[in-house]
Amino acid sequence: METNKNIGAAECGDCNTCNMCDEKATRNEINNAFSVAVPKKSGEGVFLSHDGLTLYTMLIYSENFAGILNQITAVFTRRQVNIESLNVCASSTPGVHKYTITCYCTEDMAIMLTKQIEKKIDVLQASYFVDEEIFILEACLLKLSTPKTIGNPEVSRIIRSLGARIVEVNPTYSIVEKKGGTEDILSLFNSLNELGVVLQFVRSGRIAVTKSTVEKLDRYLEQRESEK
Amino acid sequence: MKTTNDNKAASTASSSKDRQGEGTVRITGAEALMRSLKHEGVETLFGYPGGAIMPTYDALYDHRTDLHHILVRHEQGAVHAAQGYARVSGKVGCAIVTSGPGAMNTITGVADAMIDSTPIVIICGQVGAAMLGTDAFQEVDVIGVTQPITKWSYQIRRAEDIAWAVSRAFFIARSGRPGPVVLDFTKNAQTAMVDYEPAHVDFIRSYRPVQIPSDETIAEAARMINDSVKPFVLVGQGVELGNARQELIEFLEKAQLPAGFTLLGLSALPSDHPLYMGMLGMHGNLGPNVMTNQCDLLIAVGMRFDDRVTGSLATYAKQAKIIHFDIDPSEIDKNVKVDLAVVGDCKQTLARVTKLLDKATHKAWIEGFRPYAEKEMQKVIEPAIHPTEGPLLMGEVVRAVSEATGNKAVLVTDVGHNQMFGCRYFKFTEGRSVVTSGGCGTMGFGLPAGIGAALGAPARTVCVFCGDGGLQMTIQELGTIMEQRAPVKIILLNNNFLGNVRQWQYMFFNKRYSFTPMMNPDYEKIASAYDIPSRTVIERVDLADAIREMLETDGPFLLQCAVKEEDNVLPMTPPGANVDEMLLEVK
Ligand SMILES: Cc1ncc(C[n+]2csc(CCOP(=O)(O)OP(=O)(O)O)c2C)c(N)n1
Ligand SMILES: [Mg+2]
Repeated sequence: METNKNIGAAECGDCNTCNMCDEKATRNEINNAFSVAVPKKSGEGVFLSHDGLTLYTMLIYSENFAGILNQITAVFTRRQVNIESLNVCASSTPGVHKYTITCYCTEDMAIMLTKQIEKKIDVLQASYFVDEEIFILEACLLKLSTPKTIGNPEVSRIIRSLGARIVEVNPTYSIVEKKGGTEDILSLFNSLNELGVVLQFVRSGRIAVTKSTVEKLDRYLEQRESEK
Repeated sequence: MKTTNDNKAASTASSSKDRQGEGTVRITGAEALMRSLKHEGVETLFGYPGGAIMPTYDALYDHRTDLHHILVRHEQGAVHAAQGYARVSGKVGCAIVTSGPGAMNTITGVADAMIDSTPIVIICGQVGAAMLGTDAFQEVDVIGVTQPITKWSYQIRRAEDIAWAVSRAFFIARSGRPGPVVLDFTKNAQTAMVDYEPAHVDFIRSYRPVQIPSDETIAEAARMINDSVKPFVLVGQGVELGNARQELIEFLEKAQLPAGFTLLGLSALPSDHPLYMGMLGMHGNLGPNVMTNQCDLLIAVGMRFDDRVTGSLATYAKQAKIIHFDIDPSEIDKNVKVDLAVVGDCKQTLARVTKLLDKATHKAWIEGFRPYAEKEMQKVIEPAIHPTEGPLLMGEVVRAVSEATGNKAVLVTDVGHNQMFGCRYFKFTEGRSVVTSGGCGTMGFGLPAGIGAALGAPARTVCVFCGDGGLQMTIQELGTIMEQRAPVKIILLNNNFLGNVRQWQYMFFNKRYSFTPMMNPDYEKIASAYDIPSRTVIERVDLADAIREMLETDGPFLLQCAVKEEDNVLPMTPPGANVDEMLLEVK
């Protein structure tokens, strides 16, 4: 008897007549295939791999209550979707928090996730976007070894050609920062990392605003105000 | 600064002194809770005291005549009782428990209420706010635990928040798609003094409980139905939750639309209505399941395409167009992609669509259900409800009890064979008559839910069918029944097995009965220890008289029926099989 890959679809969790679990397991595998591989050793690159999935950016607005982030991330976890990046901050509307979350998934999953998030009582709005529909900003910081950098002209060439900025140099280390899209930032890191000069690397969560000329949240709030 | 417009109390706490004036009184937080509950119309509460909720219980002592508190024997019992109460009465069920272990004992019921959309509010004690996060005695992160299984959970840390939080809790629990709310009530908030003023939350800007579909959507739904030659309606609990029974009847009758019913939707239409085609799902009736894959239009109303209803999604109603009426937008396209969504309150949406429906008869189509009904009647139903030899069968007990009540009773079930036979063979004339754990399948649900149902519908007969396994999961509630003299008619369908699991072992695990045979105690002795009258039926000839005795006895009664040990529920759509591939027998 074959064991189910995904216990839960059938109450028994284990049954040879049931193809439902297999159907679901395939769906989950697709949704699981994301993501950024972490380099094992210095010199190995970090790349985005999508396996046919799309990188979606979710823009979510909620009331400023404690505990909502938990509720939002739980929606992803429960459906086995990994969050690629996450940023939370106050929005331009007083009392409203904005979450920018990216993840790789199918469009069906993106719809499901935003609906389930919007269902949370204190969430005002949740929408998903592809990169073409939004302005995107990400940033990174790199800490490089100064002694290794000094002897290698390639380092400063890469930094300049990729539009990064040196913000600190001391005898031990140098700090480089860069703003840009995910791909740009990863290619900066990969190029420098190949030269073996990187001590630390950190990439920020994505922040994004929509290209649309309509402010959906304002509309929603106005409408709700009128329904009060 | 908070601009949340419903968050009045939370944002004005520091200025509460200034607000003292007309309509406010200075009382403890615990007393404020009592008044807030009464303000929400609460009359009955189920609960169990403990350290962190003692100030509240102290306040309750002064309200013991106007707030009917029922002391259960385990907190799981309190929640299931609140669920049973809510399901039959349409009101919000309410339970009060202590922190830590008390709160944790409610978790199963909270999850059950979430998946079955039952409006309940659970209030649990919590350690004082100053102790939070210190691993204090009986401190558990109740909000963290309950967030994924509640519609809303909130920690009340200041007495000033009580009126607002309670009103918001009841509003959220009962509105839109109903569900459970947990209020985690710190001890300091219970003892602090507050200038109390009742709150009335009926608007939360981030929460739209009901949407109103456009006239175009309504017209499109009507057009699709009018164009359909073979329409089939799937009715779920949403109809009862939305108090839309009458609207459903008019909708079905005007265009003569045959309907199948989910487990929780069974009593949305009288069982003998000509358009009632039977139960959907794994152990439902043959006709409605087969016809799901033959109709040209599937009209789902207040149901969520659970996997126990659909079987394999790959082959489910692929030939049909699908309309989905639901109040919860996140249900649309979740399991089954639909052609038209009518998101709104079905009490309104059904009525609006009905106006635009053409009168129709669908005679040939409805006739088409009959051969399946006849086949099932002959092969499965008759042998189950009118056996002439062999041991007693669950089906015959259920049907006999139902008929002895004039098919007017409330059916409460536990989980397992007792539930499937109960729901298949009980018949209904009134609404809000099925109390069963659908989405969660919680064993131990039946007995406490029956207590809640008896209190929520005092004028009705409440029959709890349970198995020997499930009864023992919450058997301590016999103590509650004893103390309250709750008129619960308990029908124990004793097969000496965890019957439902045994059937699966029989069918899918080579008859390897791994830990499903069970040694049973003497249930009549147990009943008599609780001073509950009881009787055991072994022979078929005694059944009718025993049922008569049970129904004629005032108050609770335990009727134990020694039923066939290795019976199987049929028909059955094996898990993951196609909805129209029902087995009528097992080899
Ligand atoms: C809390 C819980 N534990 C386990 C199960 C799995 N389960 C479903 S039905 C069943 C057997 C129930 O046996 P019994 O109560 O005797 O009812 P019967 O099927 O024999 O009528 C079990 C163990 C469950 N649904 N709920
Ligand atoms: Mg049993």
